[in-house]
Amino acid sequence: MTCQDCKKNDAQVHFTQIVNNEKMSLSLCKECAAARGFHSPLDNVPFPLAEILSSLTMGLPEKAISKDLEKLKCDSCGMTFGDFTRKGRFGCGKCYRIFRPRLEGIMRKIHGASLHRGGIPKFEGEKMENFPVAIKEEERLETELKKAIESEDFERAAEIRDKLRLMKEETARTEKAENSKV
Amino acid sequence: MFEQMAKNPAAWLSGKGNESLVVLSTRVRLARNIAGCLYPGSANTETKQRVVSYFDSVRERSKTMNEGLYFKAPEFTELDKNFLIERHLISPAFLNGDLSKALYIDTSERVSIMVNEEDHLRIQGLAPGLDPRGAYKLAGKFDKEISKHLEYDFDDDFGFLTACPTNAGTGMRVSVLIHLPGLVLTREIEKVISRITRTGLVVRGFYGEGSDVLGNLFQVSNQNTLGVSEDEIIELIDRVTKEINEHEAAARKRLMDEAADMMEDKIWRALGILQNARMLTADEAMNLLSAVRLGHAMKIINFLDVTLINQILLLSQPAHLQKYYGSEMDPNKRDFVRAQLVREMLGANGKGTRKGLQA
Repeated sequence: MTCQDCKKNDAQVHFTQIVNNEKMSLSLCKECAAARGFHSPLDNVPFPLAEILSSLTMGLPEKAISKDLEKLKCDSCGMTFGDFTRKGRFGCGKCYRIFRPRLEGIMRKIHGASLHRGGIPKFEGEKMENFPVAIKEEERLETELKKAIESEDFERAAEIRDKLRLMKEETARTEKAENSKV
Repeated sequence: MFEQMAKNPAAWLSGKGNESLVVLSTRVRLARNIAGCLYPGSANTETKQRVVSYFDSVRERSKTMNEGLYFKAPEFTELDKNFLIERHLISPAFLNGDLSKALYIDTSERVSIMVNEEDHLRIQGLAPGLDPRGAYKLAGKFDKEISKHLEYDFDDDFGFLTACPTNAGTGMRVSVLIHLPGLVLTREIEKVISRITRTGLVVRGFYGEGSDVLGNLFQVSNQNTLGVSEDEIIELIDRVTKEINEHEAAARKRLMDEAADMMEDKIWRALGILQNARMLTADEAMNLLSAVRLGHAMKIINFLDVTLINQILLLSQPAHLQKYYGSEMDPNKRDFVRAQLVREMLGANGKGTRKGLQA
């Protein structure tokens, strides 16, 4: 068997990975395996993002990769949506804001969800950049929920509803804790 | 550089911790970026240096990060680089490209922070055995401290923003290094893996030459970082790893019930080769050590301990071997020296207490 990457040398490293129940196999020569970061079983293996993203964008309907979208550009780092699907990496945090409408679907394919539910950083210093004043998160989510229902995106609607419920429970808990202190 | 470190065992491979007969180590990695700075992949040198200086000023102010090792613009040799990779302190991709990077390693060698890898900060905690909570606590302590002084790139919807969308949300990847010879020998591994991957985890095995998984070592890690909380990721990894361990234990029991003679033969032969070989490649040593580790866990060999087996495993890696002896060697010389080191380490510990030979 020849190496899948260079198509010259004999494949010596056979690598199997199963992501979301889909088996991916790679047969590489030692040099190409090292180039991809596969050194030894003790190493941390890089996530096979290129494979995942290319399958993601291939799965998108024709109109989703239209010229306009391809040209959608981040004004902070200059990356276009097309660049992103090819590289699989964002250039900066603003890319997320610029590409947001497209990202919800992509995030759901990668993570099975599109809304964060983990920890929130507690920054104590001065902000480095003037971000627009955030609307109250709950209010914003209520609006998003309405939009999702209108566009019949029920998967997203359910996710937002869950997040809202969690936030309300959290608020209730902290209020209760505050009250009991008094 | 690092010759002294090579002589000390790595804290994450101490053989202590939960389920340490099957689980070698647990790692938690947090990906963080600083607001208002382009990510390392698209930033120019000036921006990257600015990020390093931000981290620098936090480190100087910090009580936690005052001690430990700190390398700014690290000019490492290939050997240094491979040594740190083998020791799990950096990722293979970290030192590619220019020198506008920094690396911090805490005194216990259980936390490392890479500045300007794929993200501005990669904070990593390591723990021996199965201990996702402990590893998260370590990394989280540093993360919390940094976040007080530096504003992270954070979004209400997408959480911590990362260069790669597969890391967004919690930015947290937990991975467990696990030894599964029983499932490999009974050929049940694929079945178990496909069941696990339905739970949102990724399993990776390494295949060397032939069809055997190198060292029978697998890595289990969470695939999803968005839409799940840190606690949920920790619990998932913990629960599923324990499930895998149960399958592994059942496979080992079946092997002993049905083919005890063959198992014992395989294990004692492996030990025999390790104790007598004059040339050992890293792959061969890894596969033989896998059999010996299994023999130890199944109480077939009872004069070795898992700490020693782990230490031999680490030291037989090419860069560790060279750092241990303090000189660069070609592969042939390495194989010779490796065999010698393995003989010494196994012999010294086995003297006089070979009760296992009666088994």
